[in-house]
Amino acid sequence: MDIAQFFTSADLYGIAPEIILTITALSVLTLEMFHVFRSKIILMVAALGLLLASSVVINTISDERILFGGMLVLSRYSAFFDSLYIFIGLITLIFSHGYMEKKGGRTRGEYPALIIFAVIGMMLMTRANDLVIVFLGLELLSLSLYVLVGFLRHDDLSNESGLKYLLLGAFATGFFLFGAAITYGATGTTNYSGIILAITNDTILSSTYLSLGIGLLLIGFAFKVALAPFHMWSPDVYQGAPTTVTGFLCTAPKAAGFGALLILFNRAFVEIHYQWQDIFWILAALTMTVGNISALVQSNVKRMLAFSSVSHAGFLVIGVLVLDETSISAVLFYLVVYSVINLGAFAIVSAVETEKEGLVFEDYRGLAAKHPWLSAAMTIFMLSLAGFPPTAGFVAKYGLLSAAVAKGYIGLVVIGVLNTLLSIYYYLRLVVNMYMQKEERAILPSYGMVLTGLIGIMAILMIILGIIPGYLLEIAAKAAIFTS
Amino acid sequence: MEDIIINNLDYPVLTVSTFLPMAGALIILFLKRGPFIKWFALATTVATFIVSLPIYKHFDKTTYKMQFVEIYSWIPTWNINYKVGVDGISVLFIILVTILSILCVSVSWKAIKEKTKEFYISLLIMETAMIGIFVSLNMFLFYLFWELTLIPMFLLIGVWGGPQRIYAALKFVLFMLAGSVLMLVGIIVLYYAGGKTFDILELSKVNYPAGTQLWLFLAFFAAFAVKMPMFPFHTWLPDAHTEAPTAGSVILAGILLKMGAYGFLRFSFPMFPHAVNVLFIPLLILSVTAIIYGAYVTLMQKDMKRLIAYSSVSHMGFVTLGLFTLNQNGIEGGILQMINHGVITGALFLCVGMIYERTHSRMIEDYGGLSKTVPVFIVFFSIFTLAAIGLPGMNAFVGEFLIISGAFKANMIIAAFSILGVVLGACYMVWLYYRVALNEINTTTQSSLVDLDLREIATLAPLVLLVLIIGLQPNILLSYMHVSVEHLIEQLHNSIILENINAYDTVSSIAEYVKALFKWA
Repeated sequence: MDIAQFFTSADLYGIAPEIILTITALSVLTLEMFHVFRSKIILMVAALGLLLASSVVINTISDERILFGGMLVLSRYSAFFDSLYIFIGLITLIFSHGYMEKKGGRTRGEYPALIIFAVIGMMLMTRANDLVIVFLGLELLSLSLYVLVGFLRHDDLSNESGLKYLLLGAFATGFFLFGAAITYGATGTTNYSGIILAITNDTILSSTYLSLGIGLLLIGFAFKVALAPFHMWSPDVYQGAPTTVTGFLCTAPKAAGFGALLILFNRAFVEIHYQWQDIFWILAALTMTVGNISALVQSNVKRMLAFSSVSHAGFLVIGVLVLDETSISAVLFYLVVYSVINLGAFAIVSAVETEKEGLVFEDYRGLAAKHPWLSAAMTIFMLSLAGFPPTAGFVAKYGLLSAAVAKGYIGLVVIGVLNTLLSIYYYLRLVVNMYMQKEERAILPSYGMVLTGLIGIMAILMIILGIIPGYLLEIAAKAAIFTS
Repeated sequence: MEDIIINNLDYPVLTVSTFLPMAGALIILFLKRGPFIKWFALATTVATFIVSLPIYKHFDKTTYKMQFVEIYSWIPTWNINYKVGVDGISVLFIILVTILSILCVSVSWKAIKEKTKEFYISLLIMETAMIGIFVSLNMFLFYLFWELTLIPMFLLIGVWGGPQRIYAALKFVLFMLAGSVLMLVGIIVLYYAGGKTFDILELSKVNYPAGTQLWLFLAFFAAFAVKMPMFPFHTWLPDAHTEAPTAGSVILAGILLKMGAYGFLRFSFPMFPHAVNVLFIPLLILSVTAIIYGAYVTLMQKDMKRLIAYSSVSHMGFVTLGLFTLNQNGIEGGILQMINHGVITGALFLCVGMIYERTHSRMIEDYGGLSKTVPVFIVFFSIFTLAAIGLPGMNAFVGEFLIISGAFKANMIIAAFSILGVVLGACYMVWLYYRVALNEINTTTQSSLVDLDLREIATLAPLVLLVLIIGLQPNILLSYMHVSVEHLIEQLHNSIILENINAYDTVSSIAEYVKALFKWA
């Protein structure tokens, strides 16, 4: 059997980042087996692998290239997301140093390996040009996350959330797979290019079947990115997971989910996108509102951030609803900003919390007096999440709203800004607690130089991107151009 | 490019005066805690004042065009420029901001003992934002500065404020934001309606369809009316003013309230003349309601700061009354009255802050006979009380006179009612003065009352000067705005001329526009 009939060297060259990452993950696991290396070294090896992969991604940015006979498509769009995932993975690894030990566990080699596997899964999701590949990527991502969420083995909450995530996630995967199967039944293919061809040539079996298939796929995505009413798992899982994992969980899979959803609707279902506009409209409005109203009443900071991320997902749906170059580039910008903010915010949460407590609003009382820089950074992150100018959060929100207004969705935009108003209250609650309340019980935040420095850089980045967003906007705009 | 005069001074005067305080704040961020910080903050505000002076020296009063304009490309992807400039309407506010900022630093000298570093950083960022609002010629930039005022003010109220500070601070932010997010929608819609530009001058030239105008007017109205605040959106004001530290109250009353009125002049009037012409009678009625209702509520107050805060509602009613008369006298009076109110109410808050610092009580009943215990203080307090009442020869008289004469041209009945506000204004101020300055000496606070020191006299003296100068020679200020206001009125009447508006016409035309509005939606 000649192996060359399945793939060429160009194909292998195209998936070089995945190959590098797989080798890194495997070698990290191997290193762990020897029981001699400290966790710091293992994390460093993993980080080096990610850096190497990112340099490959950045150096091979090109216009669209089709690999593996139409299974994968490389483009600026996928490269943008690849870099984002690797960035998130890298930051998560750096923030993770010492966290498990603080919670009474150990940063085993599996931890960086699983994060890298999750990154590979996500890369596949946005590179995919075929529902099967999306499914593969989604599974690789989800399986890694199930384990990561329950990584603190002795912690009941972590175990509980791991199990919850596994059960509900498996359920959602079922929906996705079923949707893919029905789409195959309706169009005779799982390939995006094939699907669009079938739709334009009207060779589909039945448009009802196709709608059913798309609906089920959508439910699968909605579970993964936590859109209301499929968001119920997220607060529990976010709360129970180790905080560094929560940071990863709330940024990377959301980016991957939206990345894949956008490309699915832009490549495969672009002709019938208009049929789904009402659904997206409702999903967006509902998710924003439910997320925000639920966040208002939370007492746990992690749960508050979980519901806040639900509401942000609702905002991002606006991008899927509008689905033109402006809105897609707005989504890309939003995802970068949102990821940086949440990674930073969760890093601060992980610094403030202690082995058993330190997660409720009251624990942040008087933090500003003792840790002014940490509080200032947290304030910037909260204001950025709320979309206050001159932070990057405002530019991101503005981009999406502007794209929606251009298409005439003014009603939805009004709902969106009113939701922003709601969200201010709970974001500022944290600021109120840090700056305006007297300390009640002593909490001792513990953080190293690296963590402080990185948080500081991320906070300053949020201000800089809020004042001069031009460079990133241009990159996002270039990545959002599809040659379909 | 015929609408602007590019900055021809040898340095970018507007940019420098806008961002100098911000630069000062950044440097303070890295300074060690200590008494040096307030000296540095003072130096920054004084420097800002000095750099902004050439604007007045070189300002060309014979043209309505934007002057000292600077344009740089900022976010090319969205066609956003950094564009600043001033005309006769905005130029006076810059000096108001720079003067009041110096006084704010000075009055906080001893009052702020905790977290001084953060306090002065907030104050200086606030100054940048406030100047920025008045010089922005780009909608996006304007919105940025508009929102930038919220967080420093939130911190000023919430960290250094009175006992109810957290409640007041959150209420302040939520109210402000409720208005400004709707304005954001309006700005985005305007961006597309006006040909994908944020340039305020370009947008002012476009003739928008009537329905669009009405919707956009309402969206902007939400932000401006809350900020002003117009009746019935004023409920945040007494809490915020009362709980804020003295410097915060001065900034709130002196400048923040003017941002709303300035917004009407800069956006609503030139861009939505149609909507303004349709709605001006209801807006006049709202203004008069604010004047009279505000004055009555003021009469009832027992807390000095709250009293002055409520009097702002009434005074700002006069300002909106002037603006919505839509004639030269009214608008000029409105603008002048904004400056006057900034000076007088700012001064009154400073006065109350100074004695609060000594006695830690704001209740009127705790005072009495201050003219005997603290005579120097009472000299200043008397001057500002008389100015607030509108005594001829003082600044508020000129403003109120112009406004009411403008109102008589616009609508007799409304103007007649507004006179009632003047009378009530005299009532509450004189009564306050009687209870605090005259009356019998109240022994509860007498022991802690010490007369003003040199720093405090130096804080109040410039305001006395302003009160008298504007009162005796108002043309110094009015001459700046004549041409610009004329141009503004021309813009207002260019697209539509409504003559002899009576109540019936208003109702029917509103009904017409509501119909148009729904058709457009």
